[in-house]
Amino acid sequence: MRTISFDGVIVGGGGAGMRAALQLAQSGYKTAVISKVFPTRSHTVSAQGGITCAIASADPQDDWRWHMYDTVKGSDYIGDQDAIEYMCSVGPEAIFELEHMGLPFSRTEEGRIYQRPFGGQSKNFGEGGQAARTCAAADRTGHALLHTLYQNNVKNETVFFNEWFATDLVKNQDGAVVGVIAICIETGETVYVKSKATVFATGGAGRIYASTTNAHINTGDGVGMALRAGVPVQDMEMWQFHPTGIYGAGTLVTEGCRGEGGYLINADGERFMERYAPNAKDLAGRDVVARSMILEILEGRGCGPDGDHVKLKLDHLGEEVLESRLPGICELSRTFAHVDPVKEPIPVVPTCHYMMGGIPTNIHGQALTVDAAGNDQVIPGLYACGEVACVSVHGANRLGGNSLLDLVVFGRASGLFIEDALRQGIEMRDASATDIESANERLVALNERNDGENVSALRKELQGVMQNYFGVFRKGEFMQEGIKKLDDLKERIDNVKLEDKSNAFNTARVECLELQNLFETAEATAIVAEARKESRGAHAREDFTERNDDEWLCHSIYHREGRAVSKRSVNFTPKTVDTFQPKVRTY
Amino acid sequence: MVTQVTSFSRNGLSDWLIQRVSSLILLAYFLFIGVQIATGIDYTSWRALHDTTAMKVFTLLAIGAYVSHAWIGLWTVFTDYLTEYMLGSIGNVVRPVLQIAVVLALVVYAIWVIQVIWG
Amino acid sequence: MLQVSVYRFNPETDAAPQMQEYQVETGGKDLMVLDVLEMIKAEHDASVTYRRSCREGVCGSDGLNINGKNGLACITPLSDAVKNNKLVIRPLPGLPVVRDLVVDMSLFYAQYEKIEPYLQNNSPAPAIERLQTPEDRAKLDGLYECILCACCSTSCPSFWWNPDRFVGPAGLLQAYRFLADSRDQATDERLAKLDDPFSVFRCHGIQNCVNVCPKGLNPTRAIGHIRTMLLNRAA
Repeated sequence: MRTISFDGVIVGGGGAGMRAALQLAQSGYKTAVISKVFPTRSHTVSAQGGITCAIASADPQDDWRWHMYDTVKGSDYIGDQDAIEYMCSVGPEAIFELEHMGLPFSRTEEGRIYQRPFGGQSKNFGEGGQAARTCAAADRTGHALLHTLYQNNVKNETVFFNEWFATDLVKNQDGAVVGVIAICIETGETVYVKSKATVFATGGAGRIYASTTNAHINTGDGVGMALRAGVPVQDMEMWQFHPTGIYGAGTLVTEGCRGEGGYLINADGERFMERYAPNAKDLAGRDVVARSMILEILEGRGCGPDGDHVKLKLDHLGEEVLESRLPGICELSRTFAHVDPVKEPIPVVPTCHYMMGGIPTNIHGQALTVDAAGNDQVIPGLYACGEVACVSVHGANRLGGNSLLDLVVFGRASGLFIEDALRQGIEMRDASATDIESANERLVALNERNDGENVSALRKELQGVMQNYFGVFRKGEFMQEGIKKLDDLKERIDNVKLEDKSNAFNTARVECLELQNLFETAEATAIVAEARKESRGAHAREDFTERNDDEWLCHSIYHREGRAVSKRSVNFTPKTVDTFQPKVRTY
Repeated sequence: MVTQVTSFSRNGLSDWLIQRVSSLILLAYFLFIGVQIATGIDYTSWRALHDTTAMKVFTLLAIGAYVSHAWIGLWTVFTDYLTEYMLGSIGNVVRPVLQIAVVLALVVYAIWVIQVIWG
Repeated sequence: MLQVSVYRFNPETDAAPQMQEYQVETGGKDLMVLDVLEMIKAEHDASVTYRRSCREGVCGSDGLNINGKNGLACITPLSDAVKNNKLVIRPLPGLPVVRDLVVDMSLFYAQYEKIEPYLQNNSPAPAIERLQTPEDRAKLDGLYECILCACCSTSCPSFWWNPDRFVGPAGLLQAYRFLADSRDQATDERLAKLDDPFSVFRCHGIQNCVNVCPKGLNPTRAIGHIRTMLLNRAA
């Protein structure tokens, strides 16, 4: 097997990966990005509404501490306050950098970046009413962000391995991560990519659910690789269901629609969020809105012949506002819902959207594990940023617009830290032939196996189980049943059949490898969801309906070996502000 | 910036401008000639007309426009279709040969016209 | 049953490409073309190869030639594409085929990189954002939305003949996106690099690009603006 060596290797060409890559490329270290798709095809491109940050454009008095308060509250108090503090305070600098790189933000009359209201935003620590803090490029902010980052990587001559798929981590005898095994999809060649710093920016895994806003490529590759390499994952039970996925198609309709004044209605035409969240109404936290929608549907006030969705009303905003502020939404709605939002409301339903959990890291992107004594230990050589990482700034529920900020700030932070570490010198022992071989075992087994089940059928079954047993509302006995079904799937997915063994651009092979990553993600989700016996943020249990701070004001940690679940304490010690103490969370 | 020695002015904008200006000149010239013929001009008047300096200049201008217009147009066609990319290595033989043939023909036309009007 | 005809070519086993026929049960639903491909891959033949990612028309992965017209498979409904119950799917024309419906986009990306697709401004950056009026920002609308799907460039004969020298509609649209940006200072350098007989001037205005753009953008108009800027610069 050929070996290619770099100082830093970034797995994933989305927003986080390209922001990290840009930082490293500017430092002059030999950096490569491995991306299974051409970078601008990454899922960041689908982000619509914006990037939340206190740049004090819409409100000159705006303060990052207010943003921090909202984020802590939104996380239902299991977001790490040191990380949230870092994100919110460094955020403005990171946003201005993006603007200087050329990101075509929408503008205010003063020429500053346009900011719109988003859910869960407040002024003055929840006392000053709704804030408008989400910086936007119309409703195509992710697209504008991703393209700008790619363009600046082109400018800085970053090395891209486009359409290469990383299969597994390579660890040396000391347990340090020293690179990845990757396949060049076009030729089928397998290569060991050696690196002093391996950054996972592999994104989310929304495809574990049957109904998702996520792209086909969001298959939890980083989670799968990490778990197989003995790296734990954190808060995997926390999956965000976005209130407004287009009914039937699953495609996303930005929260910015409600930020601009749209609202949800039930079959009676009632603006029902007024009942569930009297203050914030349609701009309550996403978990709150999603649950309210499901309750409306369960109580028989859903729309349509099957009463299984609600509607998002936008027509009262007028054609001009819709076409200038939400042009992409108009397009998507016409294509996928066959509805013109200028005239009629859009049918929507809560849809899996975002993985709050992931690989635990510190604010420098260093991946962490927890030792037997419960102390954090840095895993040498491994970093993570973006959706695959759990820093954790989102805790149990992410606020809209915070994912883009997360990926920019922590992609940048990882790059900065690695640059510094490389400058000081990183010494790691080389991987032995056996180390590389064992990392390649899964791929070899897949290539050699001639029996087994069809990848599409298995994937569909897995997605069905997750959708039915681990959705918006969860219940212990159902989840145990779901886990049994996953147990049955485990071996079958381990032994999935690769029907096409050719080398040239073999997407069937990639799909098999992705399915195994999906399964790792799904299993972690299921085990931890069953274990967390409370309701918090996006994790809503019918058998434990209340938040239980005595036992569960903590992160969950999942180890693949023995499917062990442990607890990790949440950081309550920000450096420059007072701790935000847990309170009852209402909107 | 793509450089190509055989383009007329080696500059896309001037080629483009020349193409448009020359087409206007040719249009004017042929319209003028067409009107003359349509009005049933006889040989004596035709000779007289072409003996005037103004008409000589006009004709000279027209042949100039014709040569540049034809060259730019054909060069564009040749570099579209008769390239290594389209034909393989033979393209690098076919195109220069045809280009030389076109250049020769256009030079001959120009000299011939000059001989006719000033000879 | 929908009759689907798919262009197949595997460089490892096939001497020449061929069309393969599939019968797909759509259940009378107005699916997207991508859904049909997914059904073929899942139920008929796992070796059918194509690119896809977002499935909502923003990532630009699945540009294909569908019943003779370039478009994105994920946002082209069967009701728009199918004629006489027949769907013919081919790779984007004019670029080398890697396998089946996957083309080698290197030439396309190289043209994009050639126009230096990044903001150039050497003045010291302010502590906040660079200001831009809403009017100046509006000049970027219809330009920055390009998703690099290559539907336009691969429908352009000039790009077919000179993919290495003609920038093509997608690249030129982006060239103008930076020329039009009030924050960019490299206007003259950018124009100087475009002022050769190939980069811009191989556009003959036939507007195939406008006709196929899945995002409704207008590269021909942008090319016209570049030409005007070149004229003003020379004058």
